[in-house]
Amino acid sequence: MDMNRREFLQLLAMASAGGLMLNNSYAASDTARMYELPGAGNVSLLHITDSHAQLNPIYFREPEINLGVGVTNGKPPHLVGAALLKHFGIRPGTPEAYALTSLNFTEAAHKYGKVGGYAHLATLVKQIRASRPGALLLDGGDTWQGTGQAMWSRGQDMIDASLELGVDVMTLHWECTYGADRIKQAEQGPFAGKIDIVAQNVKTTDFGDQVFKPYVIKEINTIPVAIIGQAFPYSTIANPRYFVPDWSYGIQEENLQLVIDEARKKGAQVVVLLSHNGMDVDLKLASRVTGLDAILGGHTHDGIPVPVPVKNRNGTTLVTNAGSNGKFLGVLDFEVKAGRVVNFKYKLLPVFANLLAADKSMTALMEKHRAPYEAKLSEKLATTDGLLYRRGNFSGSFDQLILNALMKEKDAPIAFSPGFRWGTSLLPGSSITMEDVLNQTAITYPTTTVTEMTGAQIKTILEDVGDNLFNPDPYYQQGGDMVRVGGLEYTCEPGAAMGQRISDMRLNGKSLDAEKTYKVAGWAPVSEAARDKGGEPIWDLVARHLRSEKVVNITAINAPKLKGVAGNPGIV
Amino acid sequence: MNSEMNLERRKVLKVGGGVGLLALFASIGLVSPAMAEVDRKAFSAKSMDEALSAMGVIIPEKTDAIKLSVPEIAENGAVVPVSVETTLAKVEQISFFVDKNPNVLAAHFYLPAGTEGMITTRVKMGQTANVIALVKADGKFYKASREVKVTAGGCGG
Repeated sequence: MDMNRREFLQLLAMASAGGLMLNNSYAASDTARMYELPGAGNVSLLHITDSHAQLNPIYFREPEINLGVGVTNGKPPHLVGAALLKHFGIRPGTPEAYALTSLNFTEAAHKYGKVGGYAHLATLVKQIRASRPGALLLDGGDTWQGTGQAMWSRGQDMIDASLELGVDVMTLHWECTYGADRIKQAEQGPFAGKIDIVAQNVKTTDFGDQVFKPYVIKEINTIPVAIIGQAFPYSTIANPRYFVPDWSYGIQEENLQLVIDEARKKGAQVVVLLSHNGMDVDLKLASRVTGLDAILGGHTHDGIPVPVPVKNRNGTTLVTNAGSNGKFLGVLDFEVKAGRVVNFKYKLLPVFANLLAADKSMTALMEKHRAPYEAKLSEKLATTDGLLYRRGNFSGSFDQLILNALMKEKDAPIAFSPGFRWGTSLLPGSSITMEDVLNQTAITYPTTTVTEMTGAQIKTILEDVGDNLFNPDPYYQQGGDMVRVGGLEYTCEPGAAMGQRISDMRLNGKSLDAEKTYKVAGWAPVSEAARDKGGEPIWDLVARHLRSEKVVNITAINAPKLKGVAGNPGIV
Repeated sequence: MNSEMNLERRKVLKVGGGVGLLALFASIGLVSPAMAEVDRKAFSAKSMDEALSAMGVIIPEKTDAIKLSVPEIAENGAVVPVSVETTLAKVEQISFFVDKNPNVLAAHFYLPAGTEGMITTRVKMGQTANVIALVKADGKFYKASREVKVTAGGCGG
């Protein structure tokens, strides 16, 4: 049941007129009214984040597993499926439930259609801005990476699309993987006077000089509003250091406090942090620094419909996270009186492509950028019998496809694939095109590798990545998911201490020998040595595999046996 | 934040670094033979207890007056930036330890009377460990400690 926009609206109109319930349990008129969001307050901030260069509408299945450990257990963002819906008072089977969870994904995807898309987002931004004079559009980063087109144009399509969309301020993460020069070139070239790149936590390695403006103060309805930037703190660890050899990152909590205080002293009546920390880090940070009205967050791709208020020494800071892949537009309206915020309203609007007309000039811009790559991107490689997706703590069916391809093509019994949180979904029966493969793999360090590793080394790697995901102190987390593992079975206890989480590693039923050497295939190495050695890009390997397979049928996803997670609302 | 000023400062440091600064460092680097013997023992210590006893420390007091700045996760374990700033009066020495390094004492500074209690340096770390700052002020020892994680990297969101 694929509905176009007109049919969808007709159905909604009928439903609202006749008191019918769309999808059995949802008053459809609510959906129709969703985008008619009357302006509120006198300072409005619109927020997008982690679009991962998805210019066209896509499907994106949210995780069915996103475990919280320690203090984060059972709290947003570590709620999935029915637990998430219950927590936020959202009814199952509704368009919102489709946008925020993995429940009945394929059925809901057929019913409500694709999400996101810059042409549709542009229409929505214009509409929301019309009732909010002076509103700023903030982009949390991870905008220039995620598609073949963005990679080949070194982010040029997204630079132009961001300007067309009217982004005012942005911060960074994957942008850094195009190299320091590329970012400075955009900042000083097309962005000059239009888009400010802000990052209080990026400094030169030698003298500790600021690389970007730490913050900007902009007037909205004559009220000075400070936007402080927080780039992803671990760009030089989670991604190759060599792209930004002269820059140093980190959370920089103490410096952030100085910057907030400086902005307040300069007269800012509203101070927000545009953050790429990830939500767990933002929640901790909000409890430790004072003077922030809100942290508008991204990186961990959590679609959180209601801000989390976090108390600190001097007040409360709202923490939001606006999902990924262009699925959402966050709208934060502040009421500012006598120099301070007295009230707020927040709405995380899902971008349903069927409900929003495509903006004409954005469409034209997108077509122009796509034309040179159209033939290559649209090559049909295979079809998939089942749903292909990535998101989830341990693995996804698309990752399994990549792992299967690696193991077969490299003749290796074990394969590793990075736990990225971007990567779109494909419905059962879909063609898998080169574009779809690149949506999972388009990075600037794509080489495939084969490494001889001892059982002990394999355990060290799994423990290391596991700690980056499940360390009980969010400041030690990096915001990715667990490395995807092919061939090797293991048990994981997320709540255990560093070095104790991984056990019972088995290959073909036999315990892994710590001393013995195993052949491990992988991709996305971060070292310079691996870069210099070269190797086939992962997308070529996967494409070759798909052309020979023709039909993909992922019957089993290799995920670890979990210990100590019974009753955790971070699992469906 | 002013890029022109930064360029100037860089030039000055490049030119001045060779001659002027070295002369300045030489003139303040006064260390007695007795101090040198203590240092030799402390730098060869394999554990925190051994190092502290070599330096004549009984139990250092924990204090909020030492601000120890370290990265939560090291960007490069070979050069981890660490710094100490203290409001304690009469600072005589500032030392940095890495409790899991083969030799735990990483750096040791004597501060001439009247010097501000602030040191920034780089330490090498082979694995996740605690960085401990030890400050001797007015004859007494104080400490602050923070964990720095050293990770293999890759696999970020």
